[in-house]
Amino acid sequence: MTEKIKDIFMKISDVIIENKKYLTELDSAIGDGDHGINMSRGFKKVKEKLSSNDYEKNSDLVKTVAMTLISTVGGAAGPLYGTAFLNVSKVIPEAEFDIDAAIEIGESAINGIQKRGKAEQGEKTMLDAIMPAVESLRESKEKNLELKDALEECKKAAEEGMKATIPMQATKGRASYLGERSKGHQDPGATSSYLIIKTIVDEINK
Amino acid sequence: MVSILIVSHSREIADGTKKLAEQMKQKDVEIKAVGGTAEGEIGTDPDAINTALEEINKEDGVIILADLGSAIMSVNMVMDWLDEDIKKRVVLADAPIVEGAVFAAVEAGLGNSISDILSSIESLDIIKKN
Repeated sequence: MTEKIKDIFMKISDVIIENKKYLTELDSAIGDGDHGINMSRGFKKVKEKLSSNDYEKNSDLVKTVAMTLISTVGGAAGPLYGTAFLNVSKVIPEAEFDIDAAIEIGESAINGIQKRGKAEQGEKTMLDAIMPAVESLRESKEKNLELKDALEECKKAAEEGMKATIPMQATKGRASYLGERSKGHQDPGATSSYLIIKTIVDEINK
Repeated sequence: MVSILIVSHSREIADGTKKLAEQMKQKDVEIKAVGGTAEGEIGTDPDAINTALEEINKEDGVIILADLGSAIMSVNMVMDWLDEDIKKRVVLADAPIVEGAVFAAVEAGLGNSISDILSSIESLDIIKKN
């Protein structure tokens, strides 16, 4: 299973690197314009690290991703995604992956981000993509949906959550300095979170 | 004596603030400055913050002055990694970086305790300009 997890993170890295310009444009509108640059620098290093090492355990692989992002991103996304993945590394299963594991992974990521960023849902941050995604997984579990369908729903919820940040006023991070003027722009953090969730789902379901 | 760690998004701000604070300090106050990313760009480098915290004299405590978002977040993260007994002696001050560093350097040099220094640099008086 480690190979599969490695493939997922390699693909996430490619997607983030491909979207460097897009994320930076979104961040230039309401922030300091470095989200795409920082994220692609971090994930380039993740790719390098993962391709030059073999991992026996998923937990070790994900921990490497976390520590690499912490060391190389250079902006708030480093500690935020770094702590999220550090938490994920503690709960990621080594064998069977099911909806309970997906929920646990999502919740541990949210806890990590909230520990660092102290944000709630609705503040125009990455949590606005991730929290609805995890909520959707919980609902799918209630409805006894197949894992594949549950993941598609999760991806949809993340996308809707990302788009819902457009009218929001930022109250956390650099965008909050703009006050009312932060409205009308999609949050770059929610966008990178959506891209990560989308890639994970597409890779698992392909 | 209490030590001081300055953490900024910019290496120039960090070094400049250190220089300014050092004009005021007594000889034995240790001040360290960390700024920018590993490549010298605007941003924060948690590894550099971690190294500075490892190296700095922590005997009587460390006061950290940081500027914006990711500097604060990175400091909090690195502080979480400290051993419990050291964690108690390291504090991120609720103070502006420049004024906080200068006042802390003066007070640390006078031999004041970490809690005394914090109560003066965390007071709004230090940012009053009029």
